[in-house]
This record gives sequence, structure tokens and C-alpha cells, in this order.
Amino acid sequence: MENEPQKAWMRALALAPRARLEEARDAIADAPGFTRLRPTETGLVMVRARVGGSGGPFNFAEMTVTRASIRLDDGTIGQAWIAGRDTKHAELAAWFDALLQDKARRPALLASVIAPLERERHAQDAARAARVAATRVDFETVVRGA
Amino acid sequence: MYVAVKGGAAAIRAAHELLADVRRGDRDVPQVDLAQIDQQLGGAVDRVMAEASLYDRELAAVAIRQARGDLFEAVFLLRAYRTTLPRLGDSEPLNTGAMQVDRRISATFKDLPGGQVLGATFDYTHRLLDFELDAPDLSATTPVCTAPPPPRVGDLLGADGLIEPNPDDGSTPADITRDPPTYPASRAARLQALSRGDEGFLLALGYSTQRGYGWSHPFAGEIRRGFVDVEFVPEELGFAITIGKVEVTEVDMVNHFSGTEDTPPCFTRGYGLAFGHGERKAMSMALVDRALRAAELGEDVAGPAQDQEFVLSHCDNVEASGFVQHLKLPHYVDFQAELDVLRRLRAERIEEEALKEAAE
Repeated sequence: MENEPQKAWMRALALAPRARLEEARDAIADAPGFTRLRPTETGLVMVRARVGGSGGPFNFAEMTVTRASIRLDDGTIGQAWIAGRDTKHAELAAWFDALLQDKARRPALLASVIAPLERERHAQDAARAARVAATRVDFETVVRGA
Repeated sequence: MYVAVKGGAAAIRAAHELLADVRRGDRDVPQVDLAQIDQQLGGAVDRVMAEASLYDRELAAVAIRQARGDLFEAVFLLRAYRTTLPRLGDSEPLNTGAMQVDRRISATFKDLPGGQVLGATFDYTHRLLDFELDAPDLSATTPVCTAPPPPRVGDLLGADGLIEPNPDDGSTPADITRDPPTYPASRAARLQALSRGDEGFLLALGYSTQRGYGWSHPFAGEIRRGFVDVEFVPEELGFAITIGKVEVTEVDMVNHFSGTEDTPPCFTRGYGLAFGHGERKAMSMALVDRALRAAELGEDVAGPAQDQEFVLSHCDNVEASGFVQHLKLPHYVDFQAELDVLRRLRAERIEEEALKEAAE
């Protein structure tokens, strides 16, 4: 459970468009520099699924993923694993992950970066849900021979 | 068998240049861009990702454009690209039960918890060519709260013991991209092979089971489509994080019941899962998955769709296409040998007939 906050912000950073992370970075006045702990790398993750949706696992198919590990100038380490091949997205996400480790910065970053990203995603989900809801159907069974 | 040939380099180069020219077509027509393929030919992107067994919409669009819309060729390109990337690990199993559904229907229950939503579908369209193809503006639709994910139809039946539970023996699943095939194959290996199998092949096999070559009396218990989180545990963190979402179509097919002396009769299941709007593929896969369980369920293995080795070793279209198309490669030596044998046989026969005539 102690990891829940980090899981939440890593998810928000992974699902956000890269352009939004760039905007958020540019809005930070005292943005610290960083170095790469290892080269940012694109590879594959084997996506597993479950037999019948709820049984044992099987190997479904692969997806591309990019991982980044960075170190801020103050030594804080940030990580990111992001679907796709966008190294800039992964490095930005890792950079924010490192920034968010800093307890002094965290509340402001959660409020100014993570919360808006989540709101935007919820708004998109809600818009999609609305369009889908219009296709909700009630089939009526016609009694044969009645 | 084909043998090495020399020469032809200039002709091959020219052929590839000609291909590039033909691919581009009339230069007065703008080149199609990747976003257009992704957004407006999503069905092609979904199919290429499914059969290449690689989720990356942009790469699939690149492959489709390069293959000038030949989807088999695009699948091949993506499979080849895949081999250039390292495998960084395995995801946590997808939780399709937590999917925000963009489509969810059942052919078994009219009224079911969570309801039925058609979503974007070709079903009930009239299949009339539309030369105008207007897109409606749905931007003004009032947003609604996202509904909680609906319960699974299989779980509703399962609560009363009316359907078999999904098996989980806790073992690590086989990976057919790394482990050589063995028969009988595990359910996990079969599902992986079917997931990347050719849609046309699986559709035909699924259809064959309906026509009597492996009858299993299927009902579409539940079809759902939507995006699901992919979770992964990076070694450096030690806990699962969401790395992105994939869009999948899932089919839980309810089939006729079986029972044994130990277990009361209950419905059996076939499972299908495909990337994107892969409904035809996922339904076909579910039919074939169920058919391949014939031996396990004590049924006669009579139809092709029930034959594991037949299905699994022929469902991959990259392998199939490679072996069929290799017939184009120079077989000159092979053919010369056959030609020699044929000439000798004919010469011998003429000689025999001449001798016979002389004797008469």
C-alpha cells in the first residue's frame, strides 16, 4: 500500500500525452537537470492474459515499451516504463517520477501536474462513455406464434 | 529444395525501385500519412497488430503503408521488426474484468447486469456503399460518469455452477516464440498460437465446427471490447505499475455441456482475445479454442478444427506465406532432376513399346 501514491503518479505519467508533460516541465521554474542512469531503451513486453479472462495466465502478444532511469542533479533517481517507443516521453516521466520523490515538492506537483492529467483523462473517458451509452440497447423478445 | 543462384543484382534493385514507384502511385495524389492510417483504417491496424502479435499502432501503420495495404506483407514486416527488439519482461495478466467497456453484448441473456451496449459496430448496417460518408458530430454529447465494469456473464453462470470454472494450475505458461512446439499442446500454448493466427484461417475453421466438423453448439455468452491497463513489475521497483493501455476484444463462448461420473453436467467454454476491434477474430478463436479441447472433454476428434497439430502448425500466416511463396525461388536443379527422370521414363516406355511391336 505504501507504493500506492507512486503507482498512481506513474500511471498518470504513462497515460498522458507527451506534449502535456513537456508543458508541465516548462512551467516549473527551478527545473533540475538530470543524467541517464543507463541508456533509455526500447524493447518488448510480453503481454499476458488469462484463460477465459479469469483462469491461469497465457502469453497473449507483445507490445513495445520504453524504459528510462534518470538521476537528478541532487542524486534522486526516477524510473519510467512507458508503452511505445517515445524515449522523450519515458525520460520526462522518469524525471517527474524523481521530482515527485522529493517530499517538499510533491504536494505542489501532485496538484499542478498529476491531478490535471487525471482530470483530463477522466473527462475523455466520460465523453467516450457518453457516446457509448447512447448505444445501450433493450432487446424485446417477440413471442413466437402469439 | 532451392539452390543458390548468382547474378540478377541489377534486376532485383530495379524491381525494388519499381515497387517503390508503384507503391507511391500517381504523384498528384498526396501520400497517405501514418496518422490517417491509424485513425481512418483502424481495422487494418488492429488486424496487423493481432497477427504480427505486436501492439504498436504507429509501427503497424508504417508497415501497412510500406506494404501498400497488403496486410499479410505488413504482418511479415512487423514480425521481422520485432526480432530487432530485446524482450524486457512479461506483463501481469490483463484484467479484462476491469475494462471500461466500449461494447458489451450477450447472445445468451436479454437482460443482464450492466446491460448491453452496442458501441461502434458494423452489425445491423445495411452494407450499402456510401459515397458521401458523412461523420456525425458527437462532440456535444453530455459526458456521463463512467459506469463500473459490468460483471462477467461467465461469472453469473458460474455462481450456480452451471458453467465450468476457468482452469488455473498455477504453472508458468508456455511461450511459443521461445519453446519448440510439443503435442498435445497446453491450453496456454494453444491460445497464444490462436491469438497470432490468421483471421481467415481461424474463421474458416470456426465455421467448419458450426457446419458439423466438430460440433460444439456455441452461444456468444459475452463479447466485450475496450481498453485495459497493462501492468508490469520493473525489477528496480518491485511492484506493478501501469505502463499503458491496450484495446482488446474478448469473447467468452458458452458451449454444450459435458459431465462425468464425478462432475454434474455444466456448460463448457471457449475463449477468444484479439487486439482492437477484432471481434470476428476473437469469435473464431473462441470456437477453435473450444474445438481443440475435444480430446480433453472426451469428444471424438473428427473434424480438422479439433486436430491440434493441424490447426496450430498451419494457423500462422507468416509461416504459411513463407512456405507457399518459397515456391517462387529458383528450383532449377530440383526441376532439372525431375525432368531427367521424366525423360528417361518416357524413353524407356517408347523402347518397350518398340520391342513389343517387333515381337508381334
